[in-house]
This record gives sequence, structure tokens and C-alpha cells, in this order.
Amino acid sequence: MGLGAYVAVSGALFALGVITILARRNVIYILMGIEMILNAANLNFVAFNRFGSMQLDGQMFAIFVIILAAAEAAVALAIVLNVFYLFDSIKPSEADLLRE
Amino acid sequence: MSLAFDPAVDFALLLAVPGLPLVGYVLQIFLRKNLPHGDKLLTAGMFVSMCLTLVLGAKALHAAHAGERFFHESAAHGLSFGWLYTKGTVPESANIVLGILYDPLGAAMLAVVGIVSFCVHLFSIGYMHGTKRYPIFFANISLFTFAMLGLVLADNLLVLFIFWELMGAMSYLLIGHFSHDPSQPFFHRWATWASKKAFLTTRIGDCLLFIGIFILWDKFHTLRFTELWAAARETVAANGGEFPAWLTWAGLCVFGGTVGKSAQLPLHIWLPDAMAGPTPVSAMIHAATMVAAGVFLLGRMYPLLSPDVLAVVTVFGASTALFAATIGTTCYDLKAVLAYSTISQLGFMVAAVGLGGVVAGMFHMTTHAFFKACLFLSAGSVIHGCHHVQDMRLMGGLRKKMPVTFACMLVCTLAIAGVPLFSGFYSKDKIIQAGFLRVGDIQTFDGWSVYALICLCLAAALTAFYMFRLVFLTFFGEYRGNLKEHRYSAMLAAEGVEGPDPNEHAEHDEPSHDAHGAHGQDEHGHGGHAEHGGHAHHAPTPAAAHVVHAEEHGHGHDDHGHHAHEPHESPLVMTVALAILGFLGVFGGHFWLTAPQTAWSGHPWFEALVSEQSLYGPEIAEWIAPEPVGEAVAHHAHLHEVAHHRAVLASLCVAGFGIFLAWFLYIRRKDLPARVVAFLGLGYTAVRRKYYVDELVDATVIRLTWVLVRVQKAFDENVVDGLVKLVGSTNKLGGNLAAWFDKVFIDGAVNAVAMASQVFGAAFRLVQTGRIQQYAAFAVGGAVLTAAWLILA
Repeated sequence: MGLGAYVAVSGALFALGVITILARRNVIYILMGIEMILNAANLNFVAFNRFGSMQLDGQMFAIFVIILAAAEAAVALAIVLNVFYLFDSIKPSEADLLRE
Repeated sequence: MSLAFDPAVDFALLLAVPGLPLVGYVLQIFLRKNLPHGDKLLTAGMFVSMCLTLVLGAKALHAAHAGERFFHESAAHGLSFGWLYTKGTVPESANIVLGILYDPLGAAMLAVVGIVSFCVHLFSIGYMHGTKRYPIFFANISLFTFAMLGLVLADNLLVLFIFWELMGAMSYLLIGHFSHDPSQPFFHRWATWASKKAFLTTRIGDCLLFIGIFILWDKFHTLRFTELWAAARETVAANGGEFPAWLTWAGLCVFGGTVGKSAQLPLHIWLPDAMAGPTPVSAMIHAATMVAAGVFLLGRMYPLLSPDVLAVVTVFGASTALFAATIGTTCYDLKAVLAYSTISQLGFMVAAVGLGGVVAGMFHMTTHAFFKACLFLSAGSVIHGCHHVQDMRLMGGLRKKMPVTFACMLVCTLAIAGVPLFSGFYSKDKIIQAGFLRVGDIQTFDGWSVYALICLCLAAALTAFYMFRLVFLTFFGEYRGNLKEHRYSAMLAAEGVEGPDPNEHAEHDEPSHDAHGAHGQDEHGHGGHAEHGGHAHHAPTPAAAHVVHAEEHGHGHDDHGHHAHEPHESPLVMTVALAILGFLGVFGGHFWLTAPQTAWSGHPWFEALVSEQSLYGPEIAEWIAPEPVGEAVAHHAHLHEVAHHRAVLASLCVAGFGIFLAWFLYIRRKDLPARVVAFLGLGYTAVRRKYYVDELVDATVIRLTWVLVRVQKAFDENVVDGLVKLVGSTNKLGGNLAAWFDKVFIDGAVNAVAMASQVFGAAFRLVQTGRIQQYAAFAVGGAVLTAAWLILA
């Protein structure tokens, strides 16, 4: 199994994440889509690190991204709670105050 | 108190003389009815003013008695007010400095004005009492008096002109006094019209006078009388004893002012209509003030008048004297007779100045002021007593009912008729003497003087006639006030006269008809009568006999507790004023003043006081009336004596003839006047209608003015308005163009910008949904497109 398989899985995962973000009507799923995109990126980091000449840079970046994803999830869930308080809903189509 | 003139004190007193009436005016006009006893206060102020004039006049008499020259100019004592300084452009003398000139003529005139004005004030308290605008009336006559006193004291022509104009304005207000009083049906509108007429007519003369002043200023660079006299003398001397033409023109222009103010021939028309004013105003205007101002001006300007001007003055004066006297014989309105008598007497004064008798003219002005004021006030008293009848045909037999008035009127009639021992005789005699002196001396003989002499003698005879006609009609015979209306109407119809005033002006007829109609309706009513009687008593001088007739039918409107039809004597305040003036009317020409060195010189006070020497100074007097020297002295004295004898003889004859004629026609043979009228026919009608002068003026001057006005109106409407409209429409066109451009291009550009932003805004609004998923879709779409473009490229 060469690099191509890793990149293919990563690309599929990224595409699924993007579709989840664009298509789902629930903020929670959108957060999950973001996680999927982040992990697609992590998979790329790790795969390129394994097949490239670099030492542990890719792994280090992957760990960094996981930590960042945890922080992001915490902040994002707080935002989601506030959105729920504000709009009585967690549907992104109803939180359209940005139009103003 | 010393009788010598003290410049330090006396100039201040002279300022106070016109100052007191002025203060009275200011108080009265601003406080109106809030000034308690304003009438009595103003009369008291006038009394103080009069006393001052008498005290100061006594100083002048004292100086004349001592043979000293009495001539005081405040400017000579440094007591003057610099007004206009034009230094630098013209000689230094061209500054206009206001000051007081107090000379014998001024002293005499000031005293006369003071006395007459006081008497008029006093009389007005009784006469005007209870009328509308009573305080305003007192304020106005006070300012009028102020103007005349100021005019007499003026030391230069410009100040004189200022007061002259002030008097014109005040005469307008006073003649039109009743124009604010709708309770005077007849006077109400006549007064409006008459005051306008008086103002406009005198304005013509004033314009001429102002032109004369301009000429004198331009040539002499001064307007002070003393400097003018000296300058004229030098100019004439430098011109070889001849008057330069421009000086003659200036003299004619100045005389034009006199013609307007003193009601000489072409401009006399305002004076009879000035009767529309209250009777005290008539007495004021026609005796001591206003009309006297014109004659006074001639006295002041006499040295500047060239022989040519004097010839014109003579002809105008003499013609006016005769002309007005003939009209006076035909009037039936009590006041109209006196008005024409005034014009006639003014003609005497003017002619006297023209004939070289300037002293005689001024003398007649003073005596006339007394007896004419008395005559007018007596007439006022009669009108008051007869409940505002003015038509002499409705009087008669008032002798016993109004004894004081009768006595005053009689003595003043004797005075004006020229009966010896009465003041008028002396002054009129002097005028006729001046005429005889001119005609009797071969060196001064000319046709104009002969014409003037004949006119004056005839006028004197007519004066005696119409004045005694007035007295006989008014005071003798039976009381005719109870004539039935139809009889009176028939009388008027026979006369061809609609109203009591023979002024056939459209504006006259209307109100009198109104009055007639209004009272005719009241004839059998009662409510109307009470009101009518109430105002008729207080309303002074409604000439409208119609009003009186309505009163005839009304009963029980009795204010005084006796029958309203019965004439009654006027109250004390009026008769006192009459008595003062009556006394002066008799003795005003007397008060013989003897110089100590000549024992009994036989000069009345005025002649002792005023002479060419005392008026203009020895140099000017020598120039205008050279003293004879050597052999000529005896000749001169002889001429004077001859002229004196002829004048006395002529005066006595004409006065006697006039009085006899009046007695014969109106006492002895009462049927004769009608036959004389019938005999004269058209000639009588012409005189009765005042020679159609008013009609002539209507047909010429007024018609011409109207034509001019119409032409100007047409010009204004077509040319001036056309130009204005053209400019207007051009502007409008330009405006429309600009508006179109503005709308299409400017507004278009602005709107286009606005619309563009709207369109863009609308487009962008579609994208800006606020949905983050949509935004993300765009971002992804963009990324995909970019990636596709990168891969494909």
C-alpha cells in the first residue's frame, strides 16, 4: 500500500467533511464535519511524514491539530449553546443575523 | 426793569416766546386727554408768551421814543447756532448760521402774533368745547403759533422757509380738522378737500420761493437778511445802478412765495375754502399768521426787489384787492365775506409794498391782524350763537341778542371800512397815500401806479360796502332764522345755489345732500332729534343750512334752557377775547408816540417804530429811498403833503360812499338789491361764481394734470411695464431653461448614481443571506473553481 491509498482515504474523508458541513441542518453535525476535515488533514500529515524524508514533523503537527481540535470543540460547543439560547434552535439556517 | 435791550437776557426771552407754545404742543400731543386742563394750560402758556412779546415790544418802543436804532441780531452777539458748515468749498460766509433777528418790524409783528394767538386760544376754549379731538386742536394751534413766531424771529431766509413750510403743514392739519369728525356731515368732506387744496395751492408758491432762495444762495453765498441787503446793494452798485436780470428773477420767485401764502390772484383759490376749518382757525390763518407771513416776507426782502418786480407786485396786489372785493359783495356766507375781505386786504398790503410804501404795507398788516381776527371771532360768536347758521339771510336783528359781539363787530367793521379814528383808516390811508405819492411825482409816475391807485380806491369803497352789508344783514332788521324751509329753498333756487357756500364742487354737493336727506327723515321722528340737537350744539360751524333747517323742525333739543331757535350771546371766555381784539381793532393803529425832541410829531406808534431806516439800516435806506437834499427837500415835503391830502380825501370819500351805499341798499331800500342783481344779470352771476376761477382752474390746471397723469399712466403701463415685463419674461425663459437642465442632467446624474447603488445593493443583497452554510458553499465553490482552473491551465 503506497502513499496513494492514504491520500485517497484522506481526500474521501475531507470530501465527506465538507459535504457534512454544507448539507447538514444541525450545528452538531457541522462540528463533526469540521472534525472530519481536521482528521483528513491529520491523516495527510502522518502519511506524508511516513513516506517523506522528514523526521517527526508530520506527527508533531498531527498531535498539535488534535489538541487544537479539542480546544475548538470546547469553544464551538459553547457557541452552539449560546446560539441555542439566542434562537431557540441549533439550525444554522435560522441563525442568519450576519445578513444584517 | 430797564427798558434797554440786554442781549444776554433778552435773546433767551425771545427764544422762550416761540418755545412756550412748542412745549405746550409737545405736552399736549403726547399726553392727549391725560393732560389735565390741557386747553387752559396751553392758553396760559400762550399768555406768558404774549406778555413776553409785549415786554420786548415795549423795549423797541422805548428805543424808538429815544430816537435810537433798535436792531438786534443774535449772530452779531455770537449767540447763534451753526448749522451747515460748507467752509472750504465756497467763501466762509456760506455757512448757515441760525439766529434771531429782532428789529422794529419783528417786535411789532411778534406782539401782534402773540396777542392774536392768545385771543384765539382763549376763544377756542369756549368755541371748540366738547368737539371731537379737542386736545389735538389745541396742540395744533399751538404749533401753528410756534411756527409763526419762529418765522418772525428768523434771521435768515432758510429758517424763515422752514417755519413757512411748518405753517403750511399746520394749516393743512387745522383746515382739515373736521375731516376726522363724521358728525359734521357738511364739513366732514369739505374739510378733507379744502385742506388738500390749501396745501397744494400754497405749495406752488413755496416751490417758487425755494427756487428764489437757491438763486440768492448761488449768487450771494448767504441767506442772512442783513447780508443779503448789503450784497444786493453792492451788486446793483457794481452793475451801474441797474438790477441784474437774475436778481429780478430771484425777486419774482420770492414774490411767488408771497402769492401762494398771501393768497394773491392766481393762487387765491385756497383761502375761501380754508373756511372749512373751525372758525378760530380761520381767525388765526387769515389775520396774524399764515397769510401775513407772505407780506412779512415781502417786508424782509424789500431791498432785493427790483423796480420791475415791484411793478409786478403792484399789479398783482391791486388786482387782487379789487377782484376779491367785488366777490365779497355777493357772498351770503358770513365767513366767505370775511375770507374775500382778507384776500382783498392782503392785496392792499402787497400793492403797498409794490408802490414803495413798505412801511404802510406792514402797518396795514398789523392793524388788519387785529380787526380781522376780531371780525372772524365775532363771526364765530355769531355762528355759535345762531346754532351754526352761517348764511346771513338767516340772521338779522342780532344787535340786541348779542350786544358784545355786535359792538366788537361794529367797531372792527368801522376799522376795516376806513372810518377815521379807527385803526384801519390810518394804515389804509397810508397805502393810498403811497399810491398818490407815486402818481403825483413826475419822476415815479407810471401806468401801473395809476392802475393800482384806481383799483385800490375802488376796492376801498367796496370794502366799506360789503362790510357794512354784512353788519346790516346780520345785526339789523328782523331775525330771519325762523324762515320756513320752502322759502329758503326757493331763495336758494332763485340764486342758483345749492349750498350755503357757493362752491359748486361735486364734493360739496354730495355731503350737503346727504345731510338734507338724513335730516329730512328725522323730520317727524323724535329719537333722531335728541341726537341731532346734542351734536349740533357742540359741533362748531356746520355751514350747511340744511342741517339748520332740519333743526327748525325738531323741537325740544334745547341745551341751554332757552329755546334753541333764539340766538344767544356767547360765553364770557369768548367775549373777553373779542373785547381784547375789538379794543385793539379800534386803537391798534393809534398809540401816538412822540419823540422827545419833536414834541408832537403825529406819528402812530407803528410809523414811529418802523421806517426804512430802522428796518434796513441807514445805508440800505439811503439806497432804496434816498433822502432829498438841498432844494429837493421842499419839493419832497410838498409832494408828501399833497399826496397826504389827496389820500385822506379819497379815503374819506370812498369809505363814506361805500357805507352810504350799503345803508341805502340794505336798510333804506331793501327791494333794490334784487333789482340791481336782475339788472346786472350775467355780470352778477359771474361775480357770484367768483369769476369762475375755480372752474377755470378745474378746466385747465386740474384737467391738464389729469391728462398728463393719464399719459404718464399709459406710458407707465405700456413702456415701463412693458420693459419690466420683458425683463421678467426673459428671466423666466432663462429660468425655465435652467430648470430643465437641472431636472434632466443634474438630477439625472444624481438619480443615476442613486439607482446604480440601489441595483448593486439589490444584487449583493441576494448573496448576503447571513447563512454561514451558504457562505461556506460559496467558499468551497470558489476553491473548486480555482482548483479546476489551476489544473486545467
